[in-house]
Amino acid sequence: MTKIELTRNTFIKNALKSRYPQLAVFIVMLVGYIFAILAGLIGTPVGSHNFSIVFVWIAWWAILILVAVPFFGRGWCAVCPIPLPGEWLQRGAVLGPSEKKPKWLNLRVPKMFRNIWLQNISFLLLALFSSVLLTTPNITGIVLAAMLFAAIGLSTVFERRAFCRYLCPVGGFIGLYSQTAPIELRIKDKQICVTCEGKPCYNGSQAGYGCPWDVFPGGLTKNTYCGLCMECIRTCPHDNIAVNLRPFSADLAKPSTRMDEAFKAFIMLGSAIIYAGVLLGPWGTFKDAAYNVGSGTWLIYAAAFLAIIFVVLPGLFTLGILDMKNTLSLKQRFASLSTALIPLGLMFWVAFSLSFVLTNASYIVAALSDPLGLGWNLFGTANTAWQPMLTALLAPAQTLALVGGLIWSARTAQKAANEVKVSSIPVIFYSLIVTFIMLWLLL
Amino acid sequence: MNRSELLSRFFVITGIILAIGAPLVFWTRTPLIHARMAENGGWNPDVIQAEVGKPLQLKITSDDVVHGFAVGQMDMQSVDVLPGKVTDITLTFDKPGIYTFFCTRWCGLNHWRMRGTIEVSGSPSDPEPSTVPLYVSLNLDLDAPHDSPIVPNEKPSAISGQLLETNLPIDPSAEYYRSHSPYQVFTDLSTTSLTEPQRWDVVAYLWQSNATSESLANGKQLYAQNCAACHGENGAGDGVFADELAAAGESSMQTMEGAMDMMMQSPVDFTDPRRMLGASPALLQGKILRGGMGTGMPMWGSIFTEEQIWDLIEYLYSFQFQYQGAIQ
Repeated sequence: MTKIELTRNTFIKNALKSRYPQLAVFIVMLVGYIFAILAGLIGTPVGSHNFSIVFVWIAWWAILILVAVPFFGRGWCAVCPIPLPGEWLQRGAVLGPSEKKPKWLNLRVPKMFRNIWLQNISFLLLALFSSVLLTTPNITGIVLAAMLFAAIGLSTVFERRAFCRYLCPVGGFIGLYSQTAPIELRIKDKQICVTCEGKPCYNGSQAGYGCPWDVFPGGLTKNTYCGLCMECIRTCPHDNIAVNLRPFSADLAKPSTRMDEAFKAFIMLGSAIIYAGVLLGPWGTFKDAAYNVGSGTWLIYAAAFLAIIFVVLPGLFTLGILDMKNTLSLKQRFASLSTALIPLGLMFWVAFSLSFVLTNASYIVAALSDPLGLGWNLFGTANTAWQPMLTALLAPAQTLALVGGLIWSARTAQKAANEVKVSSIPVIFYSLIVTFIMLWLLL
Repeated sequence: MNRSELLSRFFVITGIILAIGAPLVFWTRTPLIHARMAENGGWNPDVIQAEVGKPLQLKITSDDVVHGFAVGQMDMQSVDVLPGKVTDITLTFDKPGIYTFFCTRWCGLNHWRMRGTIEVSGSPSDPEPSTVPLYVSLNLDLDAPHDSPIVPNEKPSAISGQLLETNLPIDPSAEYYRSHSPYQVFTDLSTTSLTEPQRWDVVAYLWQSNATSESLANGKQLYAQNCAACHGENGAGDGVFADELAAAGESSMQTMEGAMDMMMQSPVDFTDPRRMLGASPALLQGKILRGGMGTGMPMWGSIFTEEQIWDLIEYLYSFQFQYQGAIQ
């Protein structure tokens, strides 16, 4: 299938190239983010009525996993407010490049951290505490504020967006799943980049900053680490950057070779399964264990959580691909074939999220009218009763997502297996089994 | 610095100031009364100041479960306080004094301890003479054992008692009824020719004749709302909290400030004739007014009016006697 270059449309191109529309969105997002922190800290401790919980963990999560990631890849990263204050301090400007650059340390992130292992860890940290984090406004407020300050801190020590690239707990999986999205930022003509002097897209120029995500656009082959910040569109002197509409999962044709990314796929797949069982399942014991953070049962829960993600799921996967006769090492086969789990994991998250988002969406309407829990009724919806939405559609939609994810993953497995010249059967069988588990847990 | 950068900074800084400032301003200008289960702090604040005749506007919210709000000795409907929601209530006091507000929903094990006070200042319009409760004027020892040495084999019947009552040497006044236990009246009747079961029936009749169907119905309602959680719907001391209270024992009391040495006891069984037939209404009044002093029984003196307590006591005896007609 062919690609459609969206930036050919002058309106789109100018809207992306100009800094003002982006700044306007940034200000709105930052105001909302700071408001969410305050609502978490001073608003009602009742999670279902607190703006921070309802807007972050229901509304934002729904938009992120059901719309932004599947259709726009790193679209959320393009408007995320978390790195902004730090980035503005780092640059000494909120708009275009300033004449005077502030004297921050501007260090390069040490090589050992230039992967997504820290993101894997930060995601797991939040995941293990998620039952408390997702229901306690205070803790949500503190975590949101901590991320904002961590991003500011990293911006003053390291160059570019070190927080987004190497630490953000959600950035890791957004990057992984953005490979499936039908949107990409790519160069138009490689030759132009090869001969381009100074590479302002990476090094910056008077027109804009060098890639905040530490990516050379000329070498982009997949979406994973491109934050869609549009800086390179502004800096490219040759008008060689395009935003394209493309077929879904185009990036997955080139399987990953990195273990941090491979494990990210297992982390996401495993946590979706565990959440479906613990948070939506009928087992009170599991739920209690997950909620009683710090207790003995929680330690067992945390240990089981990590064991499933790091031992059981990858272990069974490895057993499946152990016997293949191939010139590639087991490690390489593992990394490449785990690419097949990317669409499957995304669809697991879609199916899981549908369930709690549709169940709790009515809280959004109520919280909108009384965001701080002070008895307001701004839009007359403060007393909207809790009511699950579209309950009749939930199970069919989840089944569709899971079966669709399985087919998608099987096709990806075939391509990845072709690439490394092995059989795709074990991976497809593996996907089938975990899909059955997920279906059983959700339905 | 160019103008567009300056303008952008202005918008960014304004946005940040608004995002921080607006919630803080609204938050500090809306004082809320927070309700939490007693174990987690109860009411906050738990002391509220008010003035006589000046409407007191309160905004109450619950931080955990559904609570209720009512002020003792005031003619008001209790209002529900829902988690995350704000309940507005306006109170006007016509007499100065210290009022007790309390939770009216069985919110948790120490629900009964979820109380606060409203200190109403001002000069009284017409000072009322203070009355001493009956149990005080009778000089009763509330903690002395008071078991009835004799108990009837069957539940005494007020209907049968009514037929026997004529020309008996008993005083039908409320004063006599309130200051005597059923057993004392039973003994007073020993000079008559009645058999023991007949004497108990007369006692039952005397007790019913000191109640009206309205007062019994009121007592029943008060009991259901305030007492049944521990003492049980049928008075047997087996309410939903009874087991939990016994199991929690001392530890449930230690969560309350300054209550370290208390002992939790099982709630009293009102169906036990030994205990109830040996207790006069005045004694029960004292126990209800004062509370259990170190047991799990709270004091109700600041919450119930005198009339409510007498109504409640009338209802408590219905666990012992067969009355004419059902209590509505």
